[in-house]
Amino acid sequence: MIAPLFYIFAGLAIVAGLSVVLQRTPVYSALSLILVLCTLAVIYLLLGAEFLAVVQVIVYAGAIMVLFVFVIMLLNARQEAPTDRSRFARRLGLPLLALFLAEILFVVLDYFSGAVFAPGQAFDAGPHAVGSLLFRNYVLPFEVTSILILVAVMGAVVLAKKQL
Amino acid sequence: MATLSDLPLLVLATLAKVVVVLVVLLTAIAYIVWMERKVVARIQSRWGPYLVGPHGLLQPVADGLKFLFKEDIVPDKVDRPIFWLAPFLAFTLAFLSISVIPFGESVTIAGHTIPFQITDLNVGLLFVLAVTSLGVYGVALAGWSSNSKFPLFGGLRSSAQLISYELSLGLAVVGVVMIAGSLSLREIVEQQRGLWNIVKQPIGFLLYFTAAIAETNRTPFDLPEAESELVGGYHTEYSSFKFAMFFMAEYANMVTVSCLATSLFFGGWLGPVFGPPLLRAILPVLWFALKVLAFLFVYIWIRGTLPRFRYDQLMSFGWRFMLPVALLNVLGTSLILAWRSV
Amino acid sequence: MVPVSHVLALSVILFGLGAAGFIVRRNIITIFMCIELMLNAVNLAFIAFSRYLGNLDGQIFVFFVIVVAAAEAAVGLAIIIAVQRNRQTLSIDDLDSMKM
Repeated sequence: MIAPLFYIFAGLAIVAGLSVVLQRTPVYSALSLILVLCTLAVIYLLLGAEFLAVVQVIVYAGAIMVLFVFVIMLLNARQEAPTDRSRFARRLGLPLLALFLAEILFVVLDYFSGAVFAPGQAFDAGPHAVGSLLFRNYVLPFEVTSILILVAVMGAVVLAKKQL
Repeated sequence: MATLSDLPLLVLATLAKVVVVLVVLLTAIAYIVWMERKVVARIQSRWGPYLVGPHGLLQPVADGLKFLFKEDIVPDKVDRPIFWLAPFLAFTLAFLSISVIPFGESVTIAGHTIPFQITDLNVGLLFVLAVTSLGVYGVALAGWSSNSKFPLFGGLRSSAQLISYELSLGLAVVGVVMIAGSLSLREIVEQQRGLWNIVKQPIGFLLYFTAAIAETNRTPFDLPEAESELVGGYHTEYSSFKFAMFFMAEYANMVTVSCLATSLFFGGWLGPVFGPPLLRAILPVLWFALKVLAFLFVYIWIRGTLPRFRYDQLMSFGWRFMLPVALLNVLGTSLILAWRSV
Repeated sequence: MVPVSHVLALSVILFGLGAAGFIVRRNIITIFMCIELMLNAVNLAFIAFSRYLGNLDGQIFVFFVIVVAAAEAAVGLAIIIAVQRNRQTLSIDDLDSMKM
């Protein structure tokens, strides 16, 4: 039940990822990225992370990507044309990247070749479990990230102002 | 717990529930429009639809036929894929959040107990919030793809309004979640068997309802789609069936919000239950329907009575009043709960 | 159930797609979106490991990655808006010198 669902959504995620990278119009890239985020949320659900799947949709797909879509619409981002620099990057960078990734893929597939997930509900990953871990063991990083977000909000407002 | 042998029956029962809910919801939307026109008309001292069928009851049928046969005009320079995608997205998302709402207790047919809920997720409330978050895209993309100034501004304003009030909406229900100790809607309703949450969380309810009116783009928060302000707002360039989809999405959102408000604050399907088993199964659904209808009436009543907010008033209200009050509500509720458990 | 290596392979492929887009594309916003794609690939790896090792800490880390990505997106997009206002271009080929 879970395995075919995983492969379907994994395929969808890869197609959407290709679409993010290959689309000429930024708005289509943004919509493809939203699709990637939603398929990944489903895969998180399949892996048992129910709270994080919903958080991913609410925060990442529902708030961060809205920021992206807003900025693209307001800046009226046009289609981009290939340039000399991008040709150079394509010729030099992509083969090296492919080599690097092939190496990682080989190592990963080799090291984890026999590993399988524990069947059934291995652990409770609901809001209660994640919340108690977050507010007990990780309360310091939690507070630090809230200050980080505050700084980010102030920075964003100041940077985007027309006149300081 | 369902086992593998129960799977065909589970699928069949779920499909049946989905079909029933969809049919009921679509009919309800058509007749909420009728109710709105009648109630607003009476508030304004006139009759409303009167000619088509007794008291205009067949008016929704006439309107539906009109939408089907109207000419579908698509302007030339629109971004076609997104122009087509936006209303379908809005429509689908509006109907998606109904799937976690509990309509009643359960009915036992042939030894299997079937709950009156399409699915009971244990993060059900977060699921509804997630679908609401995604609903912003329907509006924003509709405004952008129309390739015209008024829809673009209407779409951007409407999206900004939606994401601002989403925060207050989420925080307003945190109090209820703390009291119930669970995000599952069925459990939240079950927790209210002794006392409804409206008594325990009055501020939360007011915040929730106000934020919900803003989220569904209804008066007094409907500036982005008001005719006198931005022509039609984000759905200016849409006609016939696609416009009907936006329209239905808006009313479906209203229904979802009313269902959530009854489940979270007014005890959902709880009410006096008596009589033979069949009546016992139907009565909770009836109480739920009556409460939802009461909420829809209040929605329409507010529409007929209050004037519209200006856009900057709307945004400053959402950020400078509702968000702090929602945070204070969460703080107060958690202090009281901590005090109680000491 | 799916073998762990398949989930990790998906994570690597998505990371690779993000990195390829980062290298090849010229529009700043698209590059930013490829960065987000890479972050999500990493999140998937974290959750896969969290499930495999039965340890919830991986999911906490994903939580923090999402939050930091939000902060980064906010500031980054504000910078992009400021750059567009000053240079009237969104192509990184034209944004390669600090001179006005």
